[in-house]
Amino acid sequence: MADTSTSSPAVPGGIAAGERASRRARRGQSPWVRAWLILRRDRAAILAAIVLVIIVVASLLAPLYAAHVSRTDPFRSNLSGSITIDGQSVAIMQSSTQGLGLGVVPIGPTWRAQYLLGADAQGRDVAARLLYGGRNSLLIAGASTLICLVLAALVGTCAGFFGGATDMVLSRLLDVLWAFPVYLLAISLSIVLISQGITIGPVEIKSGSLLLPIGIIGIIYVPYIARPVRGRVLALRGSEFVLAARGLGIPRWRILRKDILPNVATTLIVYIPLMMALNIVTESALSFLSIGVQAPDASWGTIMQDGQTLLYTRPVVALAPGLAVVATVLALNVLGDGVRDALDPRTKLR
Amino acid sequence: MLTAIIQRLAQMVFVMFGISALVFLIFFATPGADPAARIAGRNAAQETVEAIRHDFGFDRPLPVQYGIMMKRLFISRDLTSFVNRGLQVVPQVLAAAPITLSLVCGAAVLWVVGGIAVGVLAALTRDTIIDKALMMLALIGVSMPVFWFGEMMNLVSQSRFHDTWLFSWVPGLGYKSLWTDPWGWFKTLVIPWFTLAALYIGIYGRVLRANLVEAYQEDFIRTARAKGLSPARVMVRHALRVSLIPFVTMFGLDFGVLVGGAALLTEVVFGLNGVGRLTYQALLSLDLPMILATVMYASFFVVVTNALVDMLYVLIDPRVRKS
Repeated sequence: MADTSTSSPAVPGGIAAGERASRRARRGQSPWVRAWLILRRDRAAILAAIVLVIIVVASLLAPLYAAHVSRTDPFRSNLSGSITIDGQSVAIMQSSTQGLGLGVVPIGPTWRAQYLLGADAQGRDVAARLLYGGRNSLLIAGASTLICLVLAALVGTCAGFFGGATDMVLSRLLDVLWAFPVYLLAISLSIVLISQGITIGPVEIKSGSLLLPIGIIGIIYVPYIARPVRGRVLALRGSEFVLAARGLGIPRWRILRKDILPNVATTLIVYIPLMMALNIVTESALSFLSIGVQAPDASWGTIMQDGQTLLYTRPVVALAPGLAVVATVLALNVLGDGVRDALDPRTKLR
Repeated sequence: MLTAIIQRLAQMVFVMFGISALVFLIFFATPGADPAARIAGRNAAQETVEAIRHDFGFDRPLPVQYGIMMKRLFISRDLTSFVNRGLQVVPQVLAAAPITLSLVCGAAVLWVVGGIAVGVLAALTRDTIIDKALMMLALIGVSMPVFWFGEMMNLVSQSRFHDTWLFSWVPGLGYKSLWTDPWGWFKTLVIPWFTLAALYIGIYGRVLRANLVEAYQEDFIRTARAKGLSPARVMVRHALRVSLIPFVTMFGLDFGVLVGGAALLTEVVFGLNGVGRLTYQALLSLDLPMILATVMYASFFVVVTNALVDMLYVLIDPRVRKS
């Protein structure tokens, strides 16, 4: 929005490559090294990065956990099974002791290897599903962030660099997307695509595929990033070093590649953790409305949805994935703040 | 002035047209999407699907379908639902609107007051433990999925602590009309208000703090302090005034989008039948007339609040007035 204001380039471009290298050698630091040195001193950001690594590793170890620790299949319902606690056999689905005594309640947290956090309404191990869910949530968040940034960079750079009719068309398109409440757009796309899948030419994406939420979440936030990118490119295009390069007769694509894109890259990198945070929340919201990740696959959002019916009897089913989301998103936001301070303090999300 | 108004109106029409066309295309022209098959349900006979296709006019060219629907929505205002045939969509939206307005307006008051309080307090106590704690809380608010926070609030206020003095006043989920039962209206909405506002208090508090910190490095603040103005006056009349400009933009966008239905998750969790929930249900049943009506309503609010923000800008920022 207000990012179109004057801004100086982070990397002095337009100078002959040889001289640039020697300058860098004189100062001894490239902008990337400088950013890393700042980030390394940011204790909160480093702590957040460690938390994220732990969460990612734990999620990646999900199959090992399911095979060797919980020893259950987290994708198959287990309504009649039982486990042994302190030498006694306990049914996973217990008949309700509250109210009229009708219906069954899944086993609560056992705080043992099996059913550590209890079972969901299908009798599946919540702890194992939480780890598997983390894989999907993180995968969707990461992949959709990548899609979003690539598209936004493309749209924003084209609109800003070529200007004229290209800018006009792309900017109006972004305006329309911008005025559309993101959740409604995401829900509209999800409902149509997830029930029927999509066929584009030879590529057929099945309705339960993870590619659908990835693509949808990747598209809806494009205007959020494309606008600041466009503003940045516009400012760069009018900056002195680009004008100098044009005056020297350097071809446009070369200016784009050597002078504009490296400067846009910092803007984009700043957005990576913040977008991932936003995408995790979006994924969980879509899955919560049962139009994200489809059963029997798990994600943090789907587990929260499973937990909603058990909210008053077995709150841990909804509590645990929520805490996982909060921890991950919080860590990503803290890391994002650190990266922004290190690379480009001017950038703001929205 | 007149040209500005005309320009604004033209922009409004353009954005609303763009959005309605987009929704229309999503539901009618997505590869593989067949509204007739969707309405007929799974495993419907081919004849049934064909009958529905003809009945609802899906066999006509897309621009014609679009035109008819827009005419019935805006001009004759008798557009009826596809799913509950005979049910008119415009009254449905109008009935849901006060619920969403109640939810969003109350939350907006909370988040503006809370956001300014958090931002100003954090900026005044910059780099102290209070600042750090406030920013951490704000970040937690930003990081919580709103529906999950709502669930947890329900768990605490409706179940676990409902029988204690703390939450025994909380009524069951649902909406009570402001006109017939104002006290009930207030009691049912307090927790949804707080839930919806938590996220925005976090966002606004963070943004305001950053803007205030930036403003305190400006020359005019130094001048104001050098003149001997009291710290409170420097904060309120000089720093806060400049810092509230981006705040107003954000507020306009967020408020418009929320009134238009983006508060859907809060509405679902708290059983409020507002516009968001209406839209969501219409989307689930692929009730295109209802979807178009709700989406038009939503985009109308977005565009109107954008226009209001621009006008407010002129009031609070003299720099805009000149250009």
